[in-house]
Amino acid sequence: MTSPGASLRPLIEARGVTMRFGGVTAVADVDFTLGEVELRCLIGPNGAGKSTFFKILTGQLKPSEGKIRLRDTDITGAEPHAIARLGVGIKTQVPNVFNGLTVHENVFVAAGRRKSAARTRAIVEETLTRLALTGIAGRIVGQLAHGQRQWVEIATVLAQEPELILLDEPAAGMTHDEVHRTADLIREINRTHALIVVEHDMPFIRMIAKTVTVFNQGRILVEDSVDKVLADPRVRDVYLGKQAA
Amino acid sequence: MDLVGLLAFNVLTGIATLILITLGLGVIYGMMRIINLAHGELMMLGAYTAVMATGAGVNIWIAMLVLPPLVVGLIGLILERTVIRFLYGRMMDTMLATWGISLGLIGLVTTLYGNVVRGVSTPVGSFDIGRYGASLYSLVILVTALSALAAMFLLLRFTKFGLILRATMQNPRMAAALGVQPSRIYMATFALGAALAGLAGGVLAPISGVSPAMGAAYIARAFITVLGGGPAIITGTGLASTLFGSINELVSFKTTPVIGDVALLTAAILLIRVLPQGITGRYLRRSL
Amino acid sequence: MNPAFPSNRASALGFLATLAFGLAILFGAPHVLDTFGLVQCTGFAALAMFGLSQGFVWGFAGVMSFGQAAFLGLGGYAYAVSVINMGDSSIPVLLSILVPMAFAGLLGYFMFYGRISDAYIGVITLTVSVILFQLVNATSGSQYRIGAAELGGFNGIPAIPALNAPGHPDEPLDLEGIWYAAMGALILVYAFLRAVLAARLGQVIVAIRENETRAQLIGYDPRLYKLIAFMLAAGVAGLAGCLYANWGGFISPTVFALPMSAQVIIYVLVGGLGTLVGPMLGAVLIQALIIAAGSQTLVDSNLGLGIVLVGFVLLVPQGLLPVARGAALRLVERVRAPRPGKAADTLVTESAR
Repeated sequence: MTSPGASLRPLIEARGVTMRFGGVTAVADVDFTLGEVELRCLIGPNGAGKSTFFKILTGQLKPSEGKIRLRDTDITGAEPHAIARLGVGIKTQVPNVFNGLTVHENVFVAAGRRKSAARTRAIVEETLTRLALTGIAGRIVGQLAHGQRQWVEIATVLAQEPELILLDEPAAGMTHDEVHRTADLIREINRTHALIVVEHDMPFIRMIAKTVTVFNQGRILVEDSVDKVLADPRVRDVYLGKQAA
Repeated sequence: MDLVGLLAFNVLTGIATLILITLGLGVIYGMMRIINLAHGELMMLGAYTAVMATGAGVNIWIAMLVLPPLVVGLIGLILERTVIRFLYGRMMDTMLATWGISLGLIGLVTTLYGNVVRGVSTPVGSFDIGRYGASLYSLVILVTALSALAAMFLLLRFTKFGLILRATMQNPRMAAALGVQPSRIYMATFALGAALAGLAGGVLAPISGVSPAMGAAYIARAFITVLGGGPAIITGTGLASTLFGSINELVSFKTTPVIGDVALLTAAILLIRVLPQGITGRYLRRSL
Repeated sequence: MNPAFPSNRASALGFLATLAFGLAILFGAPHVLDTFGLVQCTGFAALAMFGLSQGFVWGFAGVMSFGQAAFLGLGGYAYAVSVINMGDSSIPVLLSILVPMAFAGLLGYFMFYGRISDAYIGVITLTVSVILFQLVNATSGSQYRIGAAELGGFNGIPAIPALNAPGHPDEPLDLEGIWYAAMGALILVYAFLRAVLAARLGQVIVAIRENETRAQLIGYDPRLYKLIAFMLAAGVAGLAGCLYANWGGFISPTVFALPMSAQVIIYVLVGGLGTLVGPMLGAVLIQALIIAAGSQTLVDSNLGLGIVLVGFVLLVPQGLLPVARGAALRLVERVRAPRPGKAADTLVTESAR
């Protein structure tokens, strides 16, 4: 439907982004554009630079070179909390949740920044219901199963009401049913929000993706519609080939 | 001109004193990433060892330079086996436990020997820098500090033990996979750090009053120097001691030793705002 | 109804019980105790407030301040110096809170905005208190004075005027009055910290302790919140210092010294990390033990404190209050239901606030 990030006004735009750690270049000269309310999937073998790219977008890493713009704001090298306030939420690869707090408190803290008490309560109720967490709202998150903690993290991301949502391997460690629910949820969120999703699970990618960007060795290998990308022999070589081996 | 010479000599002595009181702390911090809050009390035990040994008629040089590191190293070993080893991986708890040990040692020594100040007489006299007299004992401190630093460098750089130590420091899991027991290494490190603290206490005993609470007079400077130096044991201790020792001596010379300590602390706080992991956390990271 | 609420209710119940208990002591003690006992309890109240300060900053903000005595001392000295100059005690009380807060603001800015590690924060705060001790210790001689107040070096400042009703500097409080002021202030500060923790500010502070990265990724600046918590705790410690100075009418540099910082760590560790009531109970318990030990000359009290510190770190790291509460809850569970479930654990963590 959309050609890669061209027809819509860009929501986030990375130009020439490079990240070096000592002698290793994890992300090399990446140009990336995402439109408003676009859904993009990032794929690529382990170590291709996807998670590093996410960390750069959210301010957890400051790029060695390059610029990042969120709408009209230059967010290159901004603090993570400042970027979050501009409307970027992220579910990280390793779940980052408040382990010692209850599910309710986790979502409450995320929902409550600069909002009235009544509005916060409404967001919390809505988010818990939407993700079917109401039943375990009083449980301490650290005692939950891995899949449930993933959901709690997604809930905290949604509760902060971001405009751009980054999901780093949202389906990892989930059961078949949970994967389906996650796919449904992502499609539903995408009606109003832009998303970037990193995943390895190909059936999952097929369920949700329209446009796919393939990372390899820190660079963008190809960026096209999901069918073309998954049929591309180069992608098979670097990604599917490697995974099979 | 004579004054400049004296001042330069005092700055060198100040740097040497810092190296001496910091090295043991730096060894433990560099290896185990914990600050040993009982460091000052281990120094105190070293000083008491010197006092007791000279009282018993032992040759003063042996009483100051040989016995304190041996005795305190052994005490460090015992403390590591009975307390510290149960807390590896819990950095805060380890620090709290060393604080408890610090209090306990102050209490123990006060109980045994009373809260009185003892002394060891300086074994050497003074010499002249132009019109000014300078203590020859400062030379002893200078030589001891540099020897200790050099010995640590040689130990880490050229011995098999040093190699294992450095490997464990870089990557404990990898070292464990290669058949080194990290717990053994930590035990040895703690004992080594304690021995160096004991040496510092023994050497400083003649120029400072020996009392149960004497450690408190040194630890502020030692802690700051370790923080400023960062993780590399030799380079960090050396560089930070040079920087802070100079600041401390020069400000002390102009004002009072207490203001010198305040200047030292202020400099350190400004430094860590720029270099949160100390000098060697940013530069010379691969040095020893 | 939200499932999180029952535990909140238990927590509110604990709060009200503590308040009632505190008020009972406040009004009961003067009837039960003689003057000597009451004065001793005034000291306990001051140190319990000191314990609250450490318990808040360590247990809830996760900031390892090893030098909380710096703020106790600054508060005590700020009160002493200003009340000697001013006569009326109203502004000096305010200063005893504000001066430590300002100092904590400056120090905390460098520490938190420098993003230094927890170990470094512990060591820097400890070092700051040691150097303040040395600094104030070295101010003997009449040239070291602030207005009419001579700092007195290691001899300290004697004959500090006691609190008075605002505007009546010629009518200082008597010993019973100071008890009411100290214990009343303790109850107020406890209620204040409970309110902070129940408010969004407190929730964010605790959330940052739980996971700094996540807090940042939802838009909170951990540096700022840690700084706020650090300053609040410094203000509480400062007020404790003011009460401490009122308690004996005297203050000396030992308030800054290492044993003071160590003691307050022990209060929190013994009473229970992550609670507010624990540190207060810990303070009373440890002080009572120190006083009891002080009457014998065989063993130095530091030895006992050291053993307690090491022992608790090794054997009871969570502290007495949470252990006791956990045991009580398990007992209740066993009586009520044959199999204790996970709900009990949730309740413990929740009500332990």
